Amino acid sequence: MKSILKPLLVVAAMAMGMNGVATLPARATLELNVNKGNVEPMPIAIPDFQGGLGAQISEIVTADLKRSGLFAPIDKNAFVEKITNPDAAPRFDDWKVINAQALVTGSVSKEADGRIRAQYRLWDIFGNQQIAGEQFFANDANQRRVAHIIADAIYEKLTGEKGYFDTRVVFIDESGAKNARKKRLAIMDQDGANVRYLSDGKSIVLTPRFSPNRQEITYMSYESGQPRVYLLQIETGQRELVGNFPGMTFAPRFSPDGQKVIMSLLRDDGNSNIFAMDLRSRSTTRLTNSIAIDTSPSYSPDGSKVVFTSDRGGRAQIYVMGADGSGQTRISFGDGVYSTPVWSPRGDLIAFTKQTGGEFQIGVMKTDGSGERILSSGFQQEGPTWAPNGRVLMFFRDSAGGPKLVSVDLTGRNEQSIPTANFASDPAWSPLLE
Amino acid sequence: MGRIAALTRNPAMIALVAMLAIAGCASKKTPNSAADLGLNGAGAATPGSAQDFTVNIGDRIFFDTDSTSIRADAQTTLSRQAQWLNQYKQYAIVIEGHADERGTREYNLALGARRAAATRDFLVAKGVSASRLKTISYGKERPVAVCDDISCWSQNRRAVTTLSGAGS
Repeated sequence: MKSILKPLLVVAAMAMGMNGVATLPARATLELNVNKGNVEPMPIAIPDFQGGLGAQISEIVTADLKRSGLFAPIDKNAFVEKITNPDAAPRFDDWKVINAQALVTGSVSKEADGRIRAQYRLWDIFGNQQIAGEQFFANDANQRRVAHIIADAIYEKLTGEKGYFDTRVVFIDESGAKNARKKRLAIMDQDGANVRYLSDGKSIVLTPRFSPNRQEITYMSYESGQPRVYLLQIETGQRELVGNFPGMTFAPRFSPDGQKVIMSLLRDDGNSNIFAMDLRSRSTTRLTNSIAIDTSPSYSPDGSKVVFTSDRGGRAQIYVMGADGSGQTRISFGDGVYSTPVWSPRGDLIAFTKQTGGEFQIGVMKTDGSGERILSSGFQQEGPTWAPNGRVLMFFRDSAGGPKLVSVDLTGRNEQSIPTANFASDPAWSPLLE
Repeated sequence: MGRIAALTRNPAMIALVAMLAIAGCASKKTPNSAADLGLNGAGAATPGSAQDFTVNIGDRIFFDTDSTSIRADAQTTLSRQAQWLNQYKQYAIVIEGHADERGTREYNLALGARRAAATRDFLVAKGVSASRLKTISYGKERPVAVCDDISCWSQNRRAVTTLSGAGS
């Protein structure tokens, strides 16, 4: 399978150390502790990268870091030193006076073969040293990706956690009047750039989700008349039905190993139960058998458990079971209706939608249901999806006539809207490519 | 105003307007009303036509919030539907189940399916052959009323009985 992402060639860290610059230390002295309760964003200076495309690339890096809520890029007008050689050590004192904790310098140039070459160096201002430096080659189509990869490298170096900027989001693009909404499958970068449509809008499509290798999507479509779960190869556009069931199939998600799709299947009595289908053998396993609505299943990252929604107790609540359907246990007991549980990629939390007091809330709880925290409340919002580092959630909020995408971090204090041309719903964040 | 316009686009409400007219009540003339369609009261549509079913019988029933039980008013409508469907057996029937927006997407797909099934089961109990009946859920994806308050939500929580090819 050809990946869209393949043309990008990542080259390992550059050997630095020219001009008397300190060599890479064993560990960064500059680190942002993101696990404190209230993280003060780190002031960071990012002068325009050198070269024709330089400013464009460094703008994307700056925007990524800023939107994370963990960094406070300093206004370029405040800079004292003008960086002319991004490979030379900066005048650290000039950056200390504007209280920059970190400085990023870089350059972007065109290679003879047409590829672009981007390099950056990350400087610890108060430690008077360089703490990271890498260069990357990419074709033109991957310009933005290079910027996101640099932002990820900086994020990781300074926070000690994986970044999530070099990721994509599948979602439903919605246009037209509310009672005649056109819904199209679409994919874009996590910051809203590079939108590409994956369906024509003739049929209702809903709830797309990435496969672990980011090359397939499972989603639900009305194209055959009866709503059913499909698989789509993103690159080739090839589609196939998942299973051949008589009734509606919905709420699909991949297993963490990508071998199975777990979903709801409508029973003849009008209730819905959860099944897992092995994509190779095509065998299906029933996981729940209740006279209730059991839906929105989501695997734990190790594949051993499944969290789901059920109204078997009267109103919708969150349950956890073994991946074989064993030990079905209710874990949500708060005042309200709970749905769309999604297991964090770190395994430690479950994100959910909660309806209470006329509001829709996005929140997280531990996997035993304890420690519930509400991150965002609104009139109508739902459907959280995790960034691959488990630190940020994206969901959709209905306001001003239609849904838009919003992200919020685990502190609940950094909410960002994701720009989309039309209305947008059902975001699903891609995993990171290793 | 938006809400009134939305109400009159709803065929069930058109039927209500028509019945009020027979009872001698003056009904305000609105675009798309039964009168505009040349349906001055019950019986104007050709008996046995899809229009007859929609206008004179009523093609939809409504549900309480997060409920799938068939209310008393809905039972009256469905009993009329069953009688009509048993008389005009040429139609295949698709029952669409719908939910309002006050629930999450996946749950509401399931809720719409349950409403469609409850409606189907009622019609079967009233003698309509199960082999004529199919169901489909649209969850909250096909609202008929589009405001953000209770007057709209109550119209969107519905099951619509459609005759072969006659969509909602």
